[in-house]
Amino acid sequence: MTDGEAAASPAENPEAAESSAGNPQAAGSRAGNLRAASAGTSQPTGAVPVGNPGKSPVWVKSERQRRREAELRARGRRSTSVATASTIVALVALVAGITASPGWPRVRETFFSPKAFVEALPDVLSGFLLNIKIFLIAEVFILAVGLLVALVRSLRAPVFFPLRALAVLYTDLFRGIPTILLIYLVGFGVPALRLQGTPSDPVTLGIIALVLSYGAYVAEVFRAGIESVHPSQRAAARSLALTHGQTMRYVVLPQAVRNVIPPLLNDFVSLQKDSSLVSVLGPLEAVRQAQIHVASSFNYTPYLVAALLFILLTVPMARFTDHLSARARRRQTGGGTA
Amino acid sequence: MSLLKVEGVWKHYHGLSVLRGIDLEVAPHEVVCLIGASGSGKSTLLRCVNLLETIDDGAIYLDGAEITDVRTDADDVRRRIGMVFQAYNLFPHMTVLDNITLAPRKVHGVRAEEAEARARELLERFGLADKAGEYPDRLSGGQQQRVAVIRAVATNPRLLLLDEVTSALDPTLVTEVLGVIRELKEAGMTMILATHEMGFARDIADTVCFLEGGVLLESGPPEQIFSDPEHPRTRAFLQRVLEARRM
Repeated sequence: MTDGEAAASPAENPEAAESSAGNPQAAGSRAGNLRAASAGTSQPTGAVPVGNPGKSPVWVKSERQRRREAELRARGRRSTSVATASTIVALVALVAGITASPGWPRVRETFFSPKAFVEALPDVLSGFLLNIKIFLIAEVFILAVGLLVALVRSLRAPVFFPLRALAVLYTDLFRGIPTILLIYLVGFGVPALRLQGTPSDPVTLGIIALVLSYGAYVAEVFRAGIESVHPSQRAAARSLALTHGQTMRYVVLPQAVRNVIPPLLNDFVSLQKDSSLVSVLGPLEAVRQAQIHVASSFNYTPYLVAALLFILLTVPMARFTDHLSARARRRQTGGGTA
Repeated sequence: MSLLKVEGVWKHYHGLSVLRGIDLEVAPHEVVCLIGASGSGKSTLLRCVNLLETIDDGAIYLDGAEITDVRTDADDVRRRIGMVFQAYNLFPHMTVLDNITLAPRKVHGVRAEEAEARARELLERFGLADKAGEYPDRLSGGQQQRVAVIRAVATNPRLLLLDEVTSALDPTLVTEVLGVIRELKEAGMTMILATHEMGFARDIADTVCFLEGGVLLESGPPEQIFSDPEHPRTRAFLQRVLEARRM
């Protein structure tokens, strides 16, 4: 690390000296620069670009550009080393601060015990598989419910007023109720009705509660996406005689969905974590398994195990989504940055 | 019988009258150019004809049938009218080919291969054959606008509306779009253009209409409008255009 810094500064210093020395000359005349450029190649004087209509000019990288690029490279190296240095300093300070605290030995024992970690891992991992099942099933329904509600809200015909009102009511209501309360209400309330055909399995009930809660959020995300598509796109589609439905399906939604992939992913990550809330209904998912281990060993490390498992899943997914949206952008614009 | 008839059309926006009793008739194969300053109502008139705006009074007839009747199916009217916009309004998430074949396939029920063959034929004709698989944002403005014109005519409309289609283009790209429009005229397409290209209007129009403040002040053959306008306001407008060009 210190190596990098040491390498950066001598590389940059002569550069600065050279550029200040070369400045008057470079600024002297444009023609001088061109001459220098063609002198760099073994080509005859005919390679001078000006006043040569027959041939297109040949680019030879000028001394000025070479210096500019060297300076940019040096600057890049410098910022990388600064970033690395500050990160390491911050981490060392953080670790030193925590380990120096009077309660650290105790905390290390209860939160970072390797023995408890290994013991809890198999059970928490098997519980985590249930989490994955819960949020994957829930996400499918959430996307469907969210999209449906958003589409209903976009309908303009007066016939659909009751549907539209219902959609508004749904989003208002279910975004307002804390997810954990909703899980209690659905998990204990629905079976209490003793209606025939209602599910009694706690996992299913938990999934229903999550779908109700997240469906409302995702509906708003989709609606924002639909509204983000410029009205001129709709005008163009309608001028081609596409119906409202066709305009939505072929023109507005594809663009809307692409625009809202990042916030959708955000909600999906949030759902992954909230799948652990289903534990209050009893299923043995990751947090519940960790709880059981904690209760029998009085060591909190199993919670750390659960936390790590969640992180291991969400981080790669975030990178993958970044990759997807970057690829879509590249394909459409041909690599431009604007 | 005229193909399009606009009869005493009024349109208000927030208490402001944008169109004030417009009368206009367009015969089959006729090319009508609407000229006038920005805000004179040219674009609004085109949008009203395409039923993208609802009019506040008057009537519009297409092929003798009133299209501004409240019981009219707007999609049925738009199936017979093509429109090209100033900002191209191509669908950015679709390739050029998909942009062109969308309406033929989904609205007119043309089979995919057939729609594609027709699209490729049009692209070939207007010098864009190699762009079929590209996305619109990778094309120049002139190419995008030519694709937009092809998209609008791919369904064989009775009438084509062009709303300042060259206003967003730099001068070197204007000619390639105008070339496409000229070809369409030769093929007998009925068109209404809102335009600021006076030279082109003079060249291509059968009838030139001058609008100001939502009123159609004067209309006639281009020679007459451009050389010997009757209305002093038309004269003043053309004078301003001429001065602007000289600068």
